[in-house]
Parts: sequence; structure tokens; C-alpha cells
Amino acid sequence: MSIPRNWRTRQQRYSLKAEVCNACGNTIFPPRDVCPHCAEQKQSWTNLSGRGEIYSFTTMYSAPAGFEEYAPYTMALVKLAEGPMITAQLTDVDTEDVKIGMPVEMVTRKLSQDGDEGQILYGYKFRPMLRQVA
Amino acid sequence: MLKPDRDVGIVGYGAYVPRYRLPASEVARVWTDGSGGLPIKEKAVAGLDEDTLSMSVEAARNALERARIDPSEIRAVWVGSESHPYAVKPTSTIVAEAIGAAPSVQAADLEFACKAGSEAIVMGMGIVGSGMGRYVLAIGMDTAQARPGDALEYTAASGGAAFLIGPAAESAAVYEASLSHVTDTPDFWRRAYAHYPSHGHRFTGEPAYFEHVTTAGRRLMAELGTVPADYNYVVLHQPNTKFPQRAAQILGFTTEQLKTGLLVPVIGNTYAGSSLIGLTAILDIAKPGDRIFMVSFGSGAGSDAFSIRVTDRITEIQNRAPQTQDYIARRKVIDYATYVRYRHKLQMK
Amino acid sequence: MRDVAIIGIGQTPVEEHWGKSLRHLGHDAIMAAMRDAGIETADALYVGNMLSGELGGQQHVGALLADFVGLRGIEAMKIEAACASGAAALRVGLMAVASGMHDVVLVCGVEKMTDAVGDEVTSGLASAADQEYEVSQGISFVGLNALLMRRYMYQFDIKKEYFAGFAVNAHRNGANNPYAMFRSPITEATYLKAGMIADPVNLMDSSPVCDGAACVVLAPAELYRSKVKARILASAVAIDSLAIHDRRDPLALDAVTVSSQKAYAQARMTPADIHLFEAHDAFSIMAALSLEGAGFAPRGAGVYMASEGEIGIHGRLPISTMGGLKSRGHPVGATGIYQVIEVVEQLTGAAGANQVSGATVGMAQNIGGSGATVITHILGAA
Repeated sequence: MSIPRNWRTRQQRYSLKAEVCNACGNTIFPPRDVCPHCAEQKQSWTNLSGRGEIYSFTTMYSAPAGFEEYAPYTMALVKLAEGPMITAQLTDVDTEDVKIGMPVEMVTRKLSQDGDEGQILYGYKFRPMLRQVA
Repeated sequence: MLKPDRDVGIVGYGAYVPRYRLPASEVARVWTDGSGGLPIKEKAVAGLDEDTLSMSVEAARNALERARIDPSEIRAVWVGSESHPYAVKPTSTIVAEAIGAAPSVQAADLEFACKAGSEAIVMGMGIVGSGMGRYVLAIGMDTAQARPGDALEYTAASGGAAFLIGPAAESAAVYEASLSHVTDTPDFWRRAYAHYPSHGHRFTGEPAYFEHVTTAGRRLMAELGTVPADYNYVVLHQPNTKFPQRAAQILGFTTEQLKTGLLVPVIGNTYAGSSLIGLTAILDIAKPGDRIFMVSFGSGAGSDAFSIRVTDRITEIQNRAPQTQDYIARRKVIDYATYVRYRHKLQMK
Repeated sequence: MRDVAIIGIGQTPVEEHWGKSLRHLGHDAIMAAMRDAGIETADALYVGNMLSGELGGQQHVGALLADFVGLRGIEAMKIEAACASGAAALRVGLMAVASGMHDVVLVCGVEKMTDAVGDEVTSGLASAADQEYEVSQGISFVGLNALLMRRYMYQFDIKKEYFAGFAVNAHRNGANNPYAMFRSPITEATYLKAGMIADPVNLMDSSPVCDGAACVVLAPAELYRSKVKARILASAVAIDSLAIHDRRDPLALDAVTVSSQKAYAQARMTPADIHLFEAHDAFSIMAALSLEGAGFAPRGAGVYMASEGEIGIHGRLPISTMGGLKSRGHPVGATGIYQVIEVVEQLTGAAGANQVSGATVGMAQNIGGSGATVITHILGAA
């Protein structure tokens, strides 16, 4: 687990800090130096709502190193309200209740930890909408 | 009595209760063959990927949703808990970063058993009340651990609340004053490196909980010249159902005043979050002009008492974020085996 | 540019080679290919490999293998493009010979996966995906393919059993390939009851972890006229984003389309001219999406080709003719070379019971990641 890498990407992981392309107006997450839509290089920072819907999902029965304690867990491609797609875990949901198109919202959770003594990595996951609020 | 130069209040508040519930009957099934009384119905249990940090972030976001302030104007983030994820490395810096309050901010983790959250609120009243800063985020949150089979295992729960303390003029509820009563009373503790807390059994009652809660409560009402009948609601630290019921009775409050904030039967004792989340449940339904009396308790031992008056602004913010009862209604019952896995009580190596 | 031919091939069986190191596997394939070509030395060795550093702590395998086969002094280096490393190395060899910089070049794909266990291999394979925004979230390579398969089934109203034909075909063909890892046929029932890895991808949708090495010898066709086994008619690469979530449309493998189109243009051909297709069937969903992207099936209909009449040896477009990644096995960095060798076998009439009759043009497509690097080669008979 790379301490500097996790530190560099903390604002993306904690709060989905994203970019808007000044040329074409598309929202970009994760941030890039060159817009994937129009190849322009000028972007501004923006905050995402954290809302989206499930584009696809899978339940992981065989977890990669560092994630064994959470298996089985559900991964999803989430289409965010602002446009970008994101790969993330679902949480606080039973596998059998997950459906494509289901509305979800971002929460900050423990992603993994480097053994008992190393760092704890926190980041975004998605759960079913707790409630529609005003 | 503690009363700041400038009036301060609650600009925003947010609760958090995790999804899972362990019925007290499950603990009894495993440890007492199902015999004996149960102190509560069920307790809230954090999921595998939750801890005091993740729960604090969600409660803080709910508080910010209600307050609708610029998070960069928060001048302190204080998280009170006895279950900080790290022994050394602040929970509060991660919360501050996650909600956009970093970097011009004070940040510290507080520990005073179950009183660490209300301690953060009093400190926030000091910062805002003195004019040093406009907003302070005070959080009380825990993923309380209890030794398997111990009496506390029925109740030790996960959850808590966050409060954005700010100027009275922007507040949905104003602090009229607070008062603290603190002594060296060894009723409950956890030594460094110990996984589970120890306690003094019946010693935790009269000389600890009741002495501190009732003294702080009585003295604050005496200083303010108020009586229990002046309040619409009372919320006390709630380690089980009986203690707050009896303390409220001693102080002269009715069960009607107590019931809205008495969440322990359905979520358990969330330690540093216990009286705070009782307060969020009250604020969710309070009306302008209502008065609320709150007394926390932390082992070791001490109590902070608060007199709170609800303002007109409360109705604007109640529905801006999920309410305490929304979290309580979101529940999935688990068995003892799942609880053991979720609370990391399985030896994996 | 000079026309480039393949003048020698060599391969090891694909299996769990507990008794052999990466260097021994590479040695066996390289020496077999040199014997086949009847050469004693070469100008260069390009090694396609993905995981030697990750799983074995061993990089620098170009020099390692060149020395181990007694070729000190020649040029050698490793080429890496995840699971497309083999085809990437072939393309580097091709450029060296076509340009005239070298005459005789060895291209060896080699992978030794079984020196690591369980989740280390899972993590190693996941390094083909976006480490910061896919892998760090807990997804595995199987998981990424599962996300694609689930969406495909949802979007095009596809039932799980429709995919069975890919695994059935691969195992039927692998049964006759002495170099294949799995040599027993399976039925649709076997497919449907296989254990789940990442829902809906089961064990029979997924290629195995294994070891293997394969080597081809490249030379200018003009200079080695008598030794030519097959000619390389086209070689094309296209890339897409590493992360599936960054794709224009996750169910359209754009790099497959672009790479295939470039290859068809170079060979002055259309999909109808291809007699057999060694597809990158690391997962059933990849087989379906590859067939669509390469122009053999319309969008959403690749899975309907999973029948013997379509993709069998005597079908409309035989695929995975020697077992494919599913049955021959997928020693990742070696796969691209195995595919090319199998095309050569078909074009030289050496495919035995799996011979596609009259085959004179074959296509091999090697995919890195879940479609981020796609390398297409079209080969023609001598």
C-alpha cells in the first residue's frame, strides 16, 4: 500500500473531487490533464453530488489481496448524475437486492487496511439511497 | 455555569446509525441460555467497512447539508470517541479533509469515555462564543466494544451525531448555558492496548452515573432559575433503559419529556454519541420555542448539562438531511455469529 | 518495408509446470523454434511477458533468456502490454525485420504464473487495470469482465446459457491439441454448473492460471523463401482507456474495432476473407465482444455465434481452433505467440484433427487488459 499515492488521491477518494472541462463542459472523474472528450487541457475543479445509478454489478466471491475480510462483496459500475462512470463497491445492501438502474449515493467507508499496523485506506463506496431529501 | 460572551447555538446537526441490529436476545441466547432480563431490545452494529471515522464523516455531512455553510469557514473539527481507528493519528483531520474544512482548521480527537462528544460541544461554544471562529464541528461517535459475555455486550453499540456550533443568529437552537460536574470516579476504563473495557459493576450506578448526571442537571437549572416543567424535552446519557429513566425521575422530569430522546432501547448505547443522538432525534421534531435539557455522562467521571432553546430556523433545516428515525428505521437484524465477524472478534491469525 | 515471414515455431505444453522456471520454459520454446527454422543464432530476441516482476521478482528477462539459450551478445529486451505482451513483442520483432534493422529475430512469449499463489496472481493480473481507480476499490480482473458480462446480458436480453457454446467449442478443440492445458470436452451442463468466481462469470467462462512459452522466428520473406511457413499480412494496434469506466461505451470494445479495421486495410481484406480467427477468449464475454468489434457479428449478437455451426472447426468462422485461451490456456504474456503459432499450424496444414480445410488466411487478436490494448495480426499461407 503506497502511502504517497493514497495521500495524493485523498480528495478524489473522500469526496469525489472532479473536474469540468472549460472547453466542452463535460465533467471529468477521475481528474485528467487532457479532456478525454475534446482533448483540451483546461479544466476547473468541481464537486460531484455523489448520486448516481448502477450500470452493472458483480458479486466478488474470490477477493484480491487486501480485500479478503470483506468477501463476498458487490462491485459496481456507477453512472454518476454528472455523467462520469465510476468503479466502486456497494455497501449496506444485500446482494439479492442489487439491480441495474438502482439509484445509489456515495458514502465514505474503509476500503482496505495494510495489516494490523499499517494505514487504513478510506474512500468512496455507494449504497442504496437512504432517503430522498428536500 | 459556562456562558459565552456571544450567544451561540446549533447551526446544523446530523445523526448516524449503522444498518445492522443485534437483538439483546441473541446475546442472551449465546451467554445465558436465554435466561434473565434484557436491558434493551436491540443495538446498532457497524458494518465491516465502518468505523468511528466513516460514521463521523456521514454525520458531519448531514450537519453541513442542514447548515448550508461554506465548510472552509469551520475553524475546528473535534471528534470525541473511545474508538478512534488509530491510537495515534487524528480521526479529525480525515473528517476535516473529507468535508472540505481543511486546511485552516483546528483538529483534535477527544477522549472522555462517553462524554467526549459533549466535551467537544462545550469547547465549540467557547471558540464561537469568544469570537475566535465562526463555526466549530463537534462530533460524538463510537463503535463501542464490549467483552463477549459481559453485561455491556447487550448494549455497547455504534453510532453518534455531529453538531455545527455557530453564532446564535444563524442557529436552529441556541445554547442558554452549560455546566459541567467532573470528579475522579473510577467506574469504567480501558487500559492502553486492552481490547475491551473493564468496569466497576454496581459501582457504575450511584457514585458515578447518578451522582454526576443529577448534580450537573440540578446545578444548571438552579443557576438558570429553571425547573423541569420549563422544558419540552430532556435527554440524558443512556447506557441502558433504566438509568436515564431513573435519573430523569430524580431530576423531576416526566416520561413524556424523556421518551423522544430515549433511543437506547432500539440502538443501544453509542457511548460518546449517546446523549448527542438523543438530541438529534428531538431536534428532528422540535418546534420553534421548545426548550431542551440535556445531560451527558462520561465515566471517569463527569457530566455536561445544557439548556437549549429552539429557534424559528429549526423547521427550515429539519428535512434537509436524513433524520435520526430514518437511520433507526433502516435496519437489518444479524445473528451473534455475524456480529462476531463484523466486530472483528474472530481470531484470523 | 520488407515482407516478413515466420520461418520457425516452438511451444511448450501449457500446464502447471511445477518443475520448470521461467528461464527453462523460455529455453524450451526458443530452442524448439530455432530447430524448426534450422538456425543457429539470431540478431535479436524480443520477449513478451507480463508478470515476471510482479510474481517472480524477476525483470530483465530479455537478457536472462538470451543468455540462457547461449546467445550472449545479441540484442534482447522484454516487451510488456499486459495480456497483449506476446503480440506486442511480435510487432516489435516485425518492425525490426521489416525495417531492415535485423534479418533474423526471435520472438518469445513466456509466462510463469504458478510460482505465486492465489491472491498474488489475482493482484498481479489486476495490474493490467487502473490501479488508482479500479483495483484500489477491490475489483479483480475477473470482476471487471463480470461487470461487462452482466451489463451485456441486461442490455441485449441475453441468458447465461447462450455463452456456453464458447467454452464447449474451446474444450472440443483443445482436446485435440497436445499443447493444451485442458484436453477433455465439456457439455453445456458442465458449463452451467461451474462454480461462480464473480457473478455471472463462472469457472467455465474464465481462462486458467498456467505456465507456458511459445516462440516464433521472423525473417524477411525474400531472403528465406524456402523456409517461409506463413507471411504476416497485417499488424495493427489500437488502445483504449485502461479503466472500463472511462470508455465511450463499455460494451463496445473500440480498440478491437480500430485495431481490426487497421489490419483489414493493411491486408486489403474484409472480415469475410478471414478463414479462422484466434480470438482473445480469456472470458466468454471477451469472445462475444471481440467477434462484434472485429466485424464478424452485429452489436449485441456476438454471443449468438457461440454454436458449432458458426465457430466450430467446420463452421462459418472457426475460432479458438486449438482450444483458445479457455482450453489451451492463457499464460498471459505468452498467449499472443501461442495464437500466432496456431494460425501458422492451420495455414501449414499441421493442425491435425482440428485442421480448418483450405485455410489460407488467419487472424489472431491479442487483448491487453479488458480491451485497453488490442493487437491484431493477419497471416497468409506461404
